[in-house]
Amino acid sequence: MSDISKKSLTEIVRLIKKKEIKSEEVTQSFIKNINNDKKLNSFITNCSEEALNKAKTFDKSPKLDTLLPGIPIAVKDLFCTKDIKTTAGSKMLENFIPNYESTITNNLWKEGAFLLGKLNCDEYAMGSSNETSYFGNVMNPIAENTVPGGSSGGSASALAADLTPVTIGTDTGGSIRQPASFTGTVGLKPTYGLCSRWGIVAFASSLDQAGPMTKTVEDSALMLEAMAGFDKKDSTSINKKTESYSKNLNENIKGLKIGVPKEYRVDGMPNEIDKLWENGKKLLIDSGAEIIDISLPHTKYALPTYYIVAPAEASSNLARYDGVKYGFRSEKSNNLIEMYENTRSEAFGDEVKRRILIGTYVLSSGYYDAYYLKAQKVRQLIKKDFDQSFKKVDAILTPSTPSSAFKIGEKKNDPISMYLNDIFTVPVNLAGIPAISIPGGTDNNNYPLGLQLIGKPLDEQKLLNIAYAIEKKISFKQSLNKWWEK
Amino acid sequence: MSIDKDTVKHISKLARISVDDTKIDNLSKDLSSIFKFIEKLNELNTDNVEPLSSILNEPLRLRKDEINDGKIREKILENSPQKNEEFFVVPKVIE
Repeated sequence: MSDISKKSLTEIVRLIKKKEIKSEEVTQSFIKNINNDKKLNSFITNCSEEALNKAKTFDKSPKLDTLLPGIPIAVKDLFCTKDIKTTAGSKMLENFIPNYESTITNNLWKEGAFLLGKLNCDEYAMGSSNETSYFGNVMNPIAENTVPGGSSGGSASALAADLTPVTIGTDTGGSIRQPASFTGTVGLKPTYGLCSRWGIVAFASSLDQAGPMTKTVEDSALMLEAMAGFDKKDSTSINKKTESYSKNLNENIKGLKIGVPKEYRVDGMPNEIDKLWENGKKLLIDSGAEIIDISLPHTKYALPTYYIVAPAEASSNLARYDGVKYGFRSEKSNNLIEMYENTRSEAFGDEVKRRILIGTYVLSSGYYDAYYLKAQKVRQLIKKDFDQSFKKVDAILTPSTPSSAFKIGEKKNDPISMYLNDIFTVPVNLAGIPAISIPGGTDNNNYPLGLQLIGKPLDEQKLLNIAYAIEKKISFKQSLNKWWEK
Repeated sequence: MSIDKDTVKHISKLARISVDDTKIDNLSKDLSSIFKFIEKLNELNTDNVEPLSSILNEPLRLRKDEINDGKIREKILENSPQKNEEFFVVPKVIE
């Protein structure tokens, strides 16, 4: 059989259900790739051995009436996994072994999948290039010394290099869609509340949302079906029956109205991104959809709003890391306060500290109204922009990122230029709506570029259908020469 | 607004993160540029705008106030950096 690890999840599931391949063969093919990798650094914890045992157990009496029968999956190291180290890319949690399982991973295991490993990410998911991880940079399989994006950078890298058939990430301001765009893969951020946040290391609770990262749109539909669902343990979980996204996938998008917001044409945007966007419009028209010019007037305020709201929530969420209940504790302290201060200083990296300090400041006495309250008002305006637009259109088309993947170190010392990477992805999180990034083409260096489709709340099916229709027309192919195995 | 060195020291105190003196200059510079960036919001009049308090269309659920787990003291203590019997241990607080 041709290389199993190159196949889509949907294809592997089909072959397992037809008993043409065994879970053990599938698992072995990914373990082989993981073992051959010398440079990507996408894994923090390798669970190959346990995965192989699970595969063998599965093969003994295969239960085939599940969505993910016998499928090994590596996940972002932000999802708590019972008895398996969960680091969030931080020294703080370097030795943290949860004694509970996140709802999302648990949902995957209930559908027949098992854990292949834990994937590198920016520390506490704060970053756009995977350069803030305590466990080192991750490389993008498209070229050596190129970032995979972030914060789900290890996830995107492992997926693109065929080290896992699919993966899951989290997206607070673009952390699924931007790395998907940089690696030529598909990344979906669902509606806020569709996938439970229980057991995910928290960054900014009103923005965080888990989602699938896959090779095809069909795979994303299947994964979302397995992940989504009401969870009473998450107070913001939406109580709604899970849809059969994969079964209902349909490429007929005739008559749908797709909005194109003029505000996403930003100054200094490379010509290639413009061409990508134009091509996306053309493909939608070819598929029978109608393009409509729209305006999202508050778009330029989204990033400044995000850099108040997200750090504010982060500073509050990360207050729990005090060296007492779990995680790292500094040894160099004489009293309790010093212990807190040294623990947090020694175990948090620079970007995490920066964001905690921003958050602390904007929430501090005398500044709350000027920053946090102001940001929540602007967030309302950003959400209303989308509400207004969705009265006229079914979905919105934009580029996923303002550039393709950049070199490691290129933006590391300039926080603002790093933050600008998320300019097209952040508004979606602020509005709590779903969006998907699919490979739309390549730039002059042959680096992938993503197209983003944004949908109405809980309209994931339509979003997947539109993505499915244009994915077929784009037929994006990536040929990687496996330089990381040398 | 520029975030001077004293402000950096003050907020690090509030955030319980000790900051090395050698790093204060850089932090002050980085934070100042970030605040300059986020203060773009000030050009927008939001006098008559309700702040967004939830992005969910439905109100948060209430649950019954009843015990549904418990008896997990040992599990909770498992990950503690320092413990003694059933207690978390911290540096001495009372002289």
